Amino acid sequence: MNRILVLFCMTWIALLPSVGMAQIDGEFVKPRTGKFLLKNATVVTVTKGTLSNASVLLENGKIIGVGASLPSEGAEIIDCSGLFIYPGMIDGGTRLGLVEVSSVPETVDYSDVGNVTPNMQALTTVNPNSEAIGVTRVSGVTTVLTVPSGGLFPGTAALINLNGYTPDQMYGGFKAVAMTFPSSGRRGRFDRRSEEDIKEDGEKALKEANEIWDNAKSYLELKKSGAELSYFPEMEQLSKVLSGELPLLIEVNAASDILSAIQWVEGKNIKVIFTGVAEGWRVAEQIAKAKIPVVTGPVQDLPTRQSDRYDTPYANAGKLAKAGVKVALRTDEEENVRNLPFHAAFAAAYGLGKEEAWKAVTINPAEIFGVADQYGSVEVGKKANLIVSTGDPFETRSQILHVFIDGYRIPLSNRHIRLYQEFLERSPGLKAN
Amino acid sequence: MKKLFYLLLAFFGLGCNFSQAQVQKGSVLIKNATVLTVTKGNLESADVLVQNGIITQIGKNITAPTGVQAIDATGKYLMPGIIDAHSHVALDVVNEASAPITSEVRMKDVVNPFEIGIYRALAGGVTVSHAMHGSANVVGGQNATLKHRWGAKDPADIIMQDAPRTIKFALGENPTRVHGRGNGIQPRSRMGVEAVIRNGFNEALQYKKAWETYAAAKNTKGNTLTPPAYNERLQTLADILDGKIIIHCHSYRADEIYMLINVAKDFNIKKLVFQHTNEGFKVAPEIAEYTMGASVFADWWAYKMEVYYSTAFNAAILQRNGAITSINSDSAELIRHLYHEAAKTQRYGGLTDDEALAMITINPAKQLGIEDKVGSIEVGKQADLVIFDSHPLSSYAVPQMTFVDGIKYFDVVADKDDQRQLVSATEMVEPIFLRANEEAHRCMQDVEIFLDAFDVAFLKEKH
Repeated sequence: MNRILVLFCMTWIALLPSVGMAQIDGEFVKPRTGKFLLKNATVVTVTKGTLSNASVLLENGKIIGVGASLPSEGAEIIDCSGLFIYPGMIDGGTRLGLVEVSSVPETVDYSDVGNVTPNMQALTTVNPNSEAIGVTRVSGVTTVLTVPSGGLFPGTAALINLNGYTPDQMYGGFKAVAMTFPSSGRRGRFDRRSEEDIKEDGEKALKEANEIWDNAKSYLELKKSGAELSYFPEMEQLSKVLSGELPLLIEVNAASDILSAIQWVEGKNIKVIFTGVAEGWRVAEQIAKAKIPVVTGPVQDLPTRQSDRYDTPYANAGKLAKAGVKVALRTDEEENVRNLPFHAAFAAAYGLGKEEAWKAVTINPAEIFGVADQYGSVEVGKKANLIVSTGDPFETRSQILHVFIDGYRIPLSNRHIRLYQEFLERSPGLKAN
Repeated sequence: MKKLFYLLLAFFGLGCNFSQAQVQKGSVLIKNATVLTVTKGNLESADVLVQNGIITQIGKNITAPTGVQAIDATGKYLMPGIIDAHSHVALDVVNEASAPITSEVRMKDVVNPFEIGIYRALAGGVTVSHAMHGSANVVGGQNATLKHRWGAKDPADIIMQDAPRTIKFALGENPTRVHGRGNGIQPRSRMGVEAVIRNGFNEALQYKKAWETYAAAKNTKGNTLTPPAYNERLQTLADILDGKIIIHCHSYRADEIYMLINVAKDFNIKKLVFQHTNEGFKVAPEIAEYTMGASVFADWWAYKMEVYYSTAFNAAILQRNGAITSINSDSAELIRHLYHEAAKTQRYGGLTDDEALAMITINPAKQLGIEDKVGSIEVGKQADLVIFDSHPLSSYAVPQMTFVDGIKYFDVVADKDDQRQLVSATEMVEPIFLRANEEAHRCMQDVEIFLDAFDVAFLKEKH
């Protein structure tokens, strides 16, 4: 009797999950970690050449082996015969996670009120569940810099991996204060300022920048001397740039502005990265001489001047690299960061070359952001951020078959894919009432 | 004597101008290319002969007739000129946002042949673009189909005169924001959008009937009927009902697409193409059955609420359901690499090369009613052609030469960098445009004066 009762209870307990889940159908595939052996692929390491018939072993979020014969004990084996392994791509400048629907202000979090807000933290506002993150990572982009924009010092950018449930789980170990260098360019047809006004606005903004900089300098000196300072979060954050703790990301695009920015930086003894740099090709030598690394893009963009050759934005990265500038690429996108490989392909075709283009979306941004010990190539000891594809991921006809971020195997699904699965063959189809 | 000669020449030239659209036509032989005909398969190392703007021969070992230049395209790819079914390039004005229905306005009146965007499009292999009215109104203006004859000074010379009439409609957020929220008149909702269209067509039916009644009575004895007042706006709507104009409708959500399909059924309208159509995939069987298909973005989404539930697989789903599908730009930037946008249908849905190429050639040609003239490499068609250095669906492909009517308008090697045809005499320093998104996306251009400052801020999302 007792045994029957136990059996009865056991059966009920066993059935419980299915009873409790009665309204839910289907299975949800989650990212999962473990020990994985990606076997017999062509491995494009980026830093150490291309290895054929090689395997990559991943454990605890790290790459623990790259080579011909690796031990498979305890590892889930993924046969990669005929496939290619690349490091996950890094986008050097996005708004990913900071905006959901651009035209709905309630979902736009990349800029705040005020001209000087360096203490605004992109990392705080990153939404780990943004639809765009799932849409992006299946393209092979595994890591992005997400950057606030707007005023003179709009906030602090953060490097994030595209997996995790909290911003801290996503954080990639690099932050930098963003600065919008006073611009002499027009923002488009709506911008109907006179040439004098543009010049005046630029001078005024630079003067303001200098005043703020001087204040930050005094703040830092007082801080160093142990003075008791009142709460001043903006200056606190800027002083970290002055002290060298955080680099300064300077958004600068017009040629003359780039030269002013080089001059402005000179003697400041801070870590600087230029971003945008749309007209960099006009002053590539000077940028190279100043030894300032560049995150440029979007590549698929319009020329800045009517008289420019049609392909100047495509060719910009190549010309910068040729002059000796360290170049990383960015999309400057939110929902379409997934196009990074295609921007890279255009840069490659118009002068950068495939090999340099790959570096510009992997090891170069890693080095520029000071995280090359963790990111940017397929090497033992680095973070397990990598992708497996049927061919060159820059080509649209190639398919990405596996994505690993932080050692997690990422499900190749997102809303775009689910809608495809549901609607390719709709049921009911065409039916007249 | 010499003076007289020049004077006569000047008069002759003037005469040419008056006889309108004296477009140039060329002859050329392109040799040894991989010819992607789009409609009739691929031909390896084949020749294409163009005479007086028309493709006259496709085959092997064609010799150039005397006086016809031969171009060696060994190792290169030849495809039909790319057709963009949604563009605002070469338009000085985009929106007449003064009323929910402005069917009387014509984009032909605002064509600017000097806009550098035409050359930049040619450099991306685009030979024909559909220069559309914007999306501020439920029924916008009549569009112009353009041929990119760069260097022409007369707007008439870049208008494709033998293309049928088309008109812009717009559903959803843009017309409801401009008229309902901006001006406090119908439509404020998608219900209002339907009402505006139905009311417009019913008024056009009455207008048509009034003219028919007058026409019938005119010659009868003792007729006292006077002709009805001519109304261009209603006449244009009546022309739509008579099947003389193709509707190209800006739309995003499945519900509004389905609504317009039903309205078209009720008014017996067959010539209907959907533009953007981000949720077209949800009603793909209906679009395939009742319309001339959809012209979509390859991957744009999430820039506004009505495109949040989009998928980059849209084009593939539409194609697989049998809808005529094209990929368009709606952007002065995207128009520069439509071959690459079409290639994205291989990443998102695994379409074949021919299917992907059709989306920027023969399919948009069908939607513009010009498929008998352009959109494929076939004998008898107009010689709009592009030479690529590698397969046009490769991300590394670079267009080399672009021809319209057999005349070369783009050459990657020979062209000088500065292609401006017109330089402002008052401009001291050339302006620099940085990330000029409004320059690229002009669907909602010229609407700002109709809205308050708050709404203008959100005009940066313009499609």
